[in-house]
Amino acid sequence: MHFYGTPLPGVEQEEYSGKLIVIEGTDGVGRSTHIALLRTWLESRGHAVLDTGMTRSILAGRGIKEAKTGTTLGRLTMQLFYATDFIDRLENEMLPALRAGFVVLTDRYIYSAIARAEVRGIDPAWIRKIYGMALVPDAVFYLRIGTAQQLVERLLSSGRGFDYWESGMDLHLGEDLYNSFIEYQTRLLKVFDRLTGEYGFRVLNASRSVRSVGADLRRAIANVLEEPAPPAEDNVNNIRPLRGKAASTKPATNLVDLNKKALP
Amino acid sequence: MIPYGQHQFPGKLFVVEGTDGSGKSTQLALLYQWLKAEGYPVFFSEWNSSPLVKDTTKRAKKRHLFTPATFSLLHATDFADRTERDIIPPLKAGAIVLADRYIYTAFARDVARGCDRAWVRDVYSFAVRPTMAFFFRAPLNIAIDRIVSGRPNLKYYEAGMDVGWSDDPEESFTVFQGKILEEYDRMVSEFGLTVIDASRSIERQQREMRMLIGPHLNKKNRRSH
Repeated sequence: MHFYGTPLPGVEQEEYSGKLIVIEGTDGVGRSTHIALLRTWLESRGHAVLDTGMTRSILAGRGIKEAKTGTTLGRLTMQLFYATDFIDRLENEMLPALRAGFVVLTDRYIYSAIARAEVRGIDPAWIRKIYGMALVPDAVFYLRIGTAQQLVERLLSSGRGFDYWESGMDLHLGEDLYNSFIEYQTRLLKVFDRLTGEYGFRVLNASRSVRSVGADLRRAIANVLEEPAPPAEDNVNNIRPLRGKAASTKPATNLVDLNKKALP
Repeated sequence: MIPYGQHQFPGKLFVVEGTDGSGKSTQLALLYQWLKAEGYPVFFSEWNSSPLVKDTTKRAKKRHLFTPATFSLLHATDFADRTERDIIPPLKAGAIVLADRYIYTAFARDVARGCDRAWVRDVYSFAVRPTMAFFFRAPLNIAIDRIVSGRPNLKYYEAGMDVGWSDDPEESFTVFQGKILEEYDRMVSEFGLTVIDASRSIERQQREMRMLIGPHLNKKNRRSH
């Protein structure tokens, strides 16, 4: 059991038998689609799976959602509220599941929180110290999209439209949701590229089809679980993606080799 | 984000700290009345008062959802909201801000609960350093007597029942308050807290506070009557 920094207080630090797998990426890259597909696939292979994600904690989830309905949530307050939510899920969901031998799939982890904080001018060392209580995961898969423009296409085709916080409207970067979204997400993508090296993300080009990204994920996760690789298509032909496919097939420029060994 | 000790504001920040039952809130209320009467713009801010966080804290306390880490972080969230809303803007505007409990309360309680001392200080490093911080020091047995006799039931987290020192609330409270007092004593030199002997008369403590605060007040900031 390894923590990034100061360990959780009062938690016994014995090894656990589960695996902690993180799916990271900015808004609208298809994280939840892939987690749903992976969950089904892992369960079909006999693994117990817990999936979790931001603002789903019993302690702080509701409070954060309520705070976000207004516009009075300050920058520091927001970071700490999210950290509370994260630690509650870490202590009460992720750790117990890992100890019980589950595969824990988490939709975002501390990296999204760090990226959002950095884009908001928060001291990078400060936010890392707070999240020092996070476990170092067994693997982090970063679903990478090259440009904010591509995210917009996905957002529109999914029918979700623009959201105040996903557009970084609290930062006053543009005159409307669209301009603000482009500027905000462009900055986030830049931070994520920097975090890739810092935290050893395994990068997947998420502008490809759901099927092809999914196949890469399954192969890489089988490797993390030290199991034989699944055949290229496995049995997921009849599992339908939850959302539409991406339009572009242009590969990202800085793909990290998926066969490279786990985190440093 | 400006770190502790590096903010520059025209306003002044005075905080009171101490164990429950040390009489600090009474003293702060008297100070408030005096400063108001003197014509200063005064703003009052108290612990656990963020409108964004209040419901979450209340629910978590009722349902016993906290661990030492989340107890610490949610209180830091509450404090961050106070800082961004009630402390920094009035200080920028040149007001006197009076805070009933400040970061030292968190340092004392969270460390007593088992959080890492350096980690908790890092979490709160965005806080504004007070112009003066008064620590109302009462001997442990007096503080405990005041609280225990004042209310029939000690609350779960107030008594530190979550840490599991004892199943008996009063016994747990005594252990917890002892650890808290130890942390406060350690912080006196670390943060330059001004110790007020809380066993003396209310009038005498108030006189001492006013005398100590006087030199920090800028008479030009008074509103004309």
